[in-house]
Amino acid sequence: MTKPFLSVERLTQKFPDGKGGETIVFEDATFGVEKGEFVCILGHSGCGKSTIMNILAGLAEPTSGVVKMDGFEVSGPSLDRGVVFQNYSLLPWLSALSNVTFGVRARHPEWSKAQVAEHSTKYLAMVGLEGDAIHRKPAQLSGGMRQRVSIARAFANHPKLLLLDEPFGALDALTRGTIQDELLKIWGGTQQTVFMITHDIDEAILLADRILLMTNGPRARVAESVEITIPRPRNRTDIVEHPNYYAIRNHLVQFLGRRSKELAGQASGGGPQSPETVRIDLSGDAPDSKPEDNPMLRAAAQ
Amino acid sequence: MVLSLNQKAVLLSLLLLVVGLLVWEAAIPAQKPLSEMTEYERLTGGGAQKAGVPPPSQVIAKAWEQLSNPFYDAGPNDKGIGIQIGYSIYRVLTGYLLAALVALPLGFLIGMSPVAYRALNPFIQVLRPISPLAWMPLALFIIQDSEASAIFVIFICSIWPMLINTAFGVAGVRSDWVNVARTHELSALRTAFTVILPAAAPTIITGMRISIGIAWLVIVAAEMLVGGTGIGYYVWNEWNNLDLTSVIFSILMIGIVGMLLDSAFGLLQRAVTYAE
Repeated sequence: MTKPFLSVERLTQKFPDGKGGETIVFEDATFGVEKGEFVCILGHSGCGKSTIMNILAGLAEPTSGVVKMDGFEVSGPSLDRGVVFQNYSLLPWLSALSNVTFGVRARHPEWSKAQVAEHSTKYLAMVGLEGDAIHRKPAQLSGGMRQRVSIARAFANHPKLLLLDEPFGALDALTRGTIQDELLKIWGGTQQTVFMITHDIDEAILLADRILLMTNGPRARVAESVEITIPRPRNRTDIVEHPNYYAIRNHLVQFLGRRSKELAGQASGGGPQSPETVRIDLSGDAPDSKPEDNPMLRAAAQ
Repeated sequence: MVLSLNQKAVLLSLLLLVVGLLVWEAAIPAQKPLSEMTEYERLTGGGAQKAGVPPPSQVIAKAWEQLSNPFYDAGPNDKGIGIQIGYSIYRVLTGYLLAALVALPLGFLIGMSPVAYRALNPFIQVLRPISPLAWMPLALFIIQDSEASAIFVIFICSIWPMLINTAFGVAGVRSDWVNVARTHELSALRTAFTVILPAAAPTIITGMRISIGIAWLVIVAAEMLVGGTGIGYYVWNEWNNLDLTSVIFSILMIGIVGMLLDSAFGLLQRAVTYAE
């Protein structure tokens, strides 16, 4: 089997618990992400999602384990891995446009000023920011607009991997919906590889090709990888009509509500733990689906 | 007619000024004319001019006289107010700029490095509370030049607020913004100039503003000690001349120059402040 584009191998994070012992946040997390894939990771708070994100971004070091991207081990932050932070992390003294040019200039130091400005304006327009708004400071923009700027900054740099850390967590439901659409649109145009943290099940189903499910911490692990068998392009009003939608949704709700607790705290037994692949497809129009291979899947499909 | 808040404030300020000046004018006891004195009073020297606090009318007249020709130079003890203030500003700015040259880079270093912070903190804590004038004898002995000693005193008093605020501002830059720089692979130098400096600028400028205020306070005292030129020397010289009108006038000028220096930094501060 060829290695996936991004491969996370036996990632373990431990912190001293202040009483001489240590807390194992997650252990032997192992998974891969293919090129062009949109993967969401779902789990309760405290299971170490953000830590995994920071390790992928190169902002934190795992206690053990490796992350390989394109065959190379990840160490330290890089322009190849763009990050959209939950709190936007825009530089408040720069205008929206300058926040994007800040990134573009770092990526393409050889470009002329006009080239940088044009490229940045283009990406801001892609997320629906045009005209006067792009010259405003972040403090003069709404939360939704700030996150759009942050998304534009990340996409404008064409990173090999885009990391989104609960990007819509701080937004109201309506704004969230609009920006999810913007994100789908801009992602559809670029076929960017995306790894996103969320705790919103519907958001994950709408956006992802695959959802990784984490058990509760401490000693959390990536337990399942659920394929979203709903064809693209998707939009929020149509996907709920798809026969697979509720089957997948129920499976996720069951996992987060019950099984994430039941599976919590189990020792990994020392082996690498690839998540169990779960494929739920009731539509029958996918010839490659073989539900009988997977007992879990049949259980969910009944 | 409805007045805006500003208009009301200006009117009230003017009213307070006029009332204050009137009270001051009225509070100065008038000297009895010679003809109204008794023989005895005249014999005991009652007719001589008594030194007293001058009324505001005299101070205003003095100000008009001085400000209409601020740059005359009629010998070492008789220079225009403009020249004296010029000397003081020159000393303040020289000492201040030297202090900034040391404090800003050092403050950056201390803010970035916890080791440097802990290593230098005891020195800062001991040196900071020393009254700048206490350095004067040592400075005079080592530097052997009164002019340079005054500048040194300004240097030593303005360095601390700048140093501490720069370190504090740099250390307090939100880690999110530093992470943005890290994920964009900025070099240490570019991170310092494009992220940390603008992020810490409001705090740094606040330190610089406190410093310039202290420097202006200290220069008056320092010049009283070293003498020769400057607004501090001018005040002391006029006191020796028993010219209280000039003393009051120069006190006012010290206030006005101090206010102008402060508002210049206020403008600078407004330029670098950002809303989060």
